[in-house]
Amino acid sequence: MNVIPIRSSSEIRLTVNGRPVTLEVRPEALLLDVLRDRLQLKGARRSCDMQVCGACTVLVDGAPVSACTYLAVEADGREVLTVEGLADGDRLDPLQEAFIEHGAVQCGFCTAGMLLTAKALLAEEPSPSPARVAEYLRGNLCRCTGYRKILDAILACAAPGGGTR
Amino acid sequence: MPRLHVDRLRSGDGSEDEYRVVERTGLAAWDATTALTVVGRPYPRVEGAEKVTGRACYAGDVRLAGLLHARVLRSPLPHARIRRIDTAAAEALPGVHAVLGTHSAPAIRWYPDGLLFDRTLRFVGDEVAAVAAESEETAADALRLVAVEYEPLPFVVGLEAALRPEAPPVREGGNLVGPPKVYARGDAEAALREAPVVIDETYTTQTALHNCLEPHGCTATWDGERLTLWDSTQSVFDVRERVAETLGLPEHRVRVIKHHMGGGFGSKQIAWKHAVIAALLARRAGRPVRLMLDREAENLAAGNRNATRQRVRLGATRDGTLTAISARIEQDTGAYLVGGEGSNTSAIYQTLYRCPNVTTEQVGVYTNTGPAVAFRAPGHVEGAFALESAMDELARALDMDPLALRLRNYAEADQRRGRPYTTPDGLRLCYERAAAEFGWRRDRRPSGQGSRRRGIGMAAHDWGGSGYPPGYAWVKLNGDGSAEVVTGTQDIGTGTRTGLTQIAAEELGLPLERVLLHLGDTATGVYAPVSAGSATQATIGPAVRAAAAEARRQLLEAAATMLEAAPADLQLREGTIRVAGAPDRALDVADVTRRIAPHMIQGHGARGPNPDGKAVRTFGAQCVEVEVDVDTGEVSVLRVVASHECGRIVNPTLVDSQVLGAVTQGVGFALMEERVVDAGGVVLNANLEEYKVPTAPDVPAVVHARVDRPDPEANATGAKGIGEPPLVPTAPAIANAVFDAVGVRIRHTPLSRRRLLAALAAHRPEPA
Repeated sequence: MNVIPIRSSSEIRLTVNGRPVTLEVRPEALLLDVLRDRLQLKGARRSCDMQVCGACTVLVDGAPVSACTYLAVEADGREVLTVEGLADGDRLDPLQEAFIEHGAVQCGFCTAGMLLTAKALLAEEPSPSPARVAEYLRGNLCRCTGYRKILDAILACAAPGGGTR
Repeated sequence: MPRLHVDRLRSGDGSEDEYRVVERTGLAAWDATTALTVVGRPYPRVEGAEKVTGRACYAGDVRLAGLLHARVLRSPLPHARIRRIDTAAAEALPGVHAVLGTHSAPAIRWYPDGLLFDRTLRFVGDEVAAVAAESEETAADALRLVAVEYEPLPFVVGLEAALRPEAPPVREGGNLVGPPKVYARGDAEAALREAPVVIDETYTTQTALHNCLEPHGCTATWDGERLTLWDSTQSVFDVRERVAETLGLPEHRVRVIKHHMGGGFGSKQIAWKHAVIAALLARRAGRPVRLMLDREAENLAAGNRNATRQRVRLGATRDGTLTAISARIEQDTGAYLVGGEGSNTSAIYQTLYRCPNVTTEQVGVYTNTGPAVAFRAPGHVEGAFALESAMDELARALDMDPLALRLRNYAEADQRRGRPYTTPDGLRLCYERAAAEFGWRRDRRPSGQGSRRRGIGMAAHDWGGSGYPPGYAWVKLNGDGSAEVVTGTQDIGTGTRTGLTQIAAEELGLPLERVLLHLGDTATGVYAPVSAGSATQATIGPAVRAAAAEARRQLLEAAATMLEAAPADLQLREGTIRVAGAPDRALDVADVTRRIAPHMIQGHGARGPNPDGKAVRTFGAQCVEVEVDVDTGEVSVLRVVASHECGRIVNPTLVDSQVLGAVTQGVGFALMEERVVDAGGVVLNANLEEYKVPTAPDVPAVVHARVDRPDPEANATGAKGIGEPPLVPTAPAIANAVFDAVGVRIRHTPLSRRRLLAALAAHRPEPA
């Protein structure tokens, strides 16, 4: 019962928002905690702790992952993009602009995850249909907006040709 | 310019005298003829950039040197007494800085009759102990080292079981929260006996979980005898008062800050234990402490919408005039009364329809589950499901169009207090607008293909949303002509910052970007009440306007001297002050403020009283179309038309967002959301995997048919609340549409596939 597990740390090297980072992390350390508490990148949010809500979504080598259940050691040698890396200096990413313009932001807690998921979708499929966008966002919960304005904002950034359904 | 009047109301019966305070602002209300240039426009949120870049600071985002991480050990049993607790091993764990439990925490009163850490535990999730450690992992390890010996006690789960005479008592004194709350006007029993048409049915609604994406929690730090708390709360001042009181601190030594929060929906409208626990841990450790609930704790111990059972009886004449409404309501309070807005399920029965004979009886029931707390339109959502379903049943019994039945019976006055509404036609407008936009047709036949059947349904609601005094704001003009607004309210995600900034900019005659609003901080802000009851815009908006008006008056007086004109001859728009009829005589606001700087123009504003002799109310109606698959029991909501009377719309984008979001929560409440508790008192779906909330593909096409009509009698801005009400009618409208589609009446939320299939099977005895 009263056994304290012995844990060793290991060194990981990764790129976060374009910058190389070297860190000592415990094997069970989650990418989310490393980003939030070690690198002070608070944009990825902790919410469900079981990779169903998407609030902690970051891109690892371009693919959306739930940082709440992704081990930091898994990110060794990879490129991580968080919401803090979306803008180019003071110039917001078109998705960020569109989220503001369309009223896709409400309490803001899901916003980072929504933006990064949308970023991955548009990189994968530049002209998704509205139904495809909704389907792709299935793993990103929002309790405030009813999703409509989020979908509108993403579709406003899509290349023409996705159709209307 | 607020003028404070204090009247002494002598009790005469030996109890303490009361004081009535009225602050009049002397402002003429913005009515429908007032030309406004900033208010009414769909400005993007003023904090949008903070949120899309990840910079927005939430309760768990505060960076502090030496920050510790706290976790709470929770009861694994639904009812137990702690026989023995040993935290020595946890305290000895390297990296652990503070441990609190029944044996070591100060005896702080909590709930009416308990302690912050009590030896008696009344639900799975009740607080047993708390630790603060160097990391989340160490805190989790430490919790595993706390040895607790529990004495299990008999427990009860669910309304019906708790009401049985032999039910184990959740607390001394039995399982009734108190005597039933009874309301009566006229004689409903006599009217029911005489009514030619009577509906008598029982409806139930489920326990629903708020599931704000940001859980409850805070960060706490001490500086000597001063405590600062960054709390995820809907009321910084209520948290301050409670924390100061429990810790024995004067209020000015407690500072509560809430910059941004990830949703509240009512669940964060009270001071919860976590704030006091974090403060105690931080004091004991001598280090700042972060205590954010995890999702499981959030769903066990941070509130829920109470389940209800409602027996509803309606009496009507053959022409469809309501003659009697009677409701007997039982609701599952959970293990404790936590305070805040009560779930007044009775209210909608008393107000929505014009009816001379109404009786409601409402009783709260204790059970060994997590405590209920306000959840977006508490009580109204539950009551409307039953009442508006029953109205649909009445329409069917009368062979009458449900819309026509409602148009015949809706209320134009507050019958509880005998006062007319400031907008007596508010609900009629909503019915008409929703029906027209939807294409509501009584003669339209249910349609469908294969196993799919389509149907339409509607429901309506009323709600408060008037706002109320007190509430305060300050406005200051800087030397460069920019303005700052300071108030102690909070933006819980709805867009309060933006709406209030628009009000200030309008009154000050400044472009929006020259006004910045500060809120959510008890140390810098003036008092504002809890953000609840859809009251914030209508409470603080007028206070902001009053403060801005005072600043504007002084600004124009200064400008008048500079322009050698009378103040009454000056016009102020978009940052420029002009002399009427002399376009070349003009000054920018900054020209005035710079010349007098560092002297400063300041305005102080208060929320004036609500109108005497009238009642301010908000209204709405929704029409929905659903498709039911009779083979699978799946209900798809195809479209919703929502029309809501909330006075002036300050920002159409923000109001549309409230409507869309509320309807979506209504779809969740109607079809999928339900906390499931097993026979052992364990919540089986205290997570976002198995507790289903709507996802993007679940959301129907929603049209908001706006009713944008100022209510100048309500307050000086003409705006009323919209945050909660659009959730109220969605579930009954869906249930009514399901009946229209397949001819079976589901009187229980959620309308799950299991319920649908069972009802369809009972309805269709012979196999196809």
